[in-house]
Amino acid sequence: MYEGVVQDLIDELGALPGVGPKSAQRIAFYLLAAEEVDVRRLAKVLVEVKEKVRFCRVCANVAEDEECRVCQDPRRDPSVLCVVEEPKDVVAIEKTREFRGRYHVLGGAISPIDGVGPDDLRIKELMARLADREITELIIATDPNLEGEATATYLARLVKPMDIKVTRLASGLPVGGDLEYADEVTLGRAFEGRRLLDV
Amino acid sequence: MSLYRDEGIVLRTQKLGEADRIVTVLTRRTGRVRAVAKGVRRTRSKFGARLEPFTHVDLQLHVGRSLDIVTQAETLRPYGEPIAADYARYTAGTAMLETAERVTPVEKEPVLRQFLLLVGGLRTLASGEHESRLVLDAYLLRALAVAGYTPSLDSCARCGSPGRHRAFAVPAGGVVCPGCRPAGSAAPAEETLRLMEALLRGDWPHADGSEQRHRQETSGLVAAYLQWHLEHSIRSLRLVERV
Repeated sequence: MYEGVVQDLIDELGALPGVGPKSAQRIAFYLLAAEEVDVRRLAKVLVEVKEKVRFCRVCANVAEDEECRVCQDPRRDPSVLCVVEEPKDVVAIEKTREFRGRYHVLGGAISPIDGVGPDDLRIKELMARLADREITELIIATDPNLEGEATATYLARLVKPMDIKVTRLASGLPVGGDLEYADEVTLGRAFEGRRLLDV
Repeated sequence: MSLYRDEGIVLRTQKLGEADRIVTVLTRRTGRVRAVAKGVRRTRSKFGARLEPFTHVDLQLHVGRSLDIVTQAETLRPYGEPIAADYARYTAGTAMLETAERVTPVEKEPVLRQFLLLVGGLRTLASGEHESRLVLDAYLLRALAVAGYTPSLDSCARCGSPGRHRAFAVPAGGVVCPGCRPAGSAAPAEETLRLMEALLRGDWPHADGSEQRHRQETSGLVAAYLQWHLEHSIRSLRLVERV
């Protein structure tokens, strides 16, 4: 145990995800030895992130204004909407530079065992966005795990009567892997979603 | 190094650290096991979809200090695919998994009958042969029966006097005669009690022919009975959907 503020710092760092007591101690001593200006910059960013960052009122992505960068951008295609679970999924998709439409962040996936039902997610807001008839395609990009699949099934059923094209991200073999290591479900999906090689 | 092999149904997964998960598995020989699956959340994990809930897997595990570690996994039956493709099945199935966890309170205590019951229940649910809520209620009643809480349906749960009594008292453990009937007992339709009996016995022709209102009443009674006797609420039951 250390005295006063050093121990407080270790306790605070240790409460962060993935940081154990040893790592917390190492980071604390790194900060103690670091230049004051560097530490001040870190502290400033920490405060700023809580003050400035909020959630976009349209899509619930992280934003510094009322609306996020994607929602404000007039060059984005308003007719295609991509549904994701978390803001970090938006970042992952943006990195691909393949998608030019807009997003809707649900805030999780339906998981009854954890007590998360459709009413706990931003599904009502999604339905309101779909109702204004500008959107013609809904891409469901929830995680390819059980909860994500069930959420996709639920959304597809809900949107079906609205005459909007509903698509789901393809599942299959990861690029750069070996076929023999693929599990049966993934390989089965890859077969289902095979495409014509047009050469 | 102490390794063991067993087959089981994945009941639940919880995120752990950067890319790992803790998986809870109900196994055939070892009972309920909690184990760490390393790197399973990476898209190129060797486990892939094998350790998703509902999957019947063949596992190799390494005994750890508090949690075991999954070293290999092979799919025996991927029940998750057909179950997640139908929302009503998914909600019913989740309630089955949560109940299976609750009726096996002690880790690593063999519970072969509970395991076989769950495998059978998931197979029926995935096949879509019967309405998902009926499959769920049949499973819940039988899981309780295996755990020693069979509801008494043909004699008074208090004094044992035979006959199909009309009042159903959850705390007493089944139907009760007019003399024993405590205040606040339910008065279900006779057909409802018959449906409960059919579900317990596995009389599917009778269950499939039952009316919606009796199914609904059965579900209510089963849910109350289950949660009272397990002394725990089953969170997923709130979200179970009827077709």
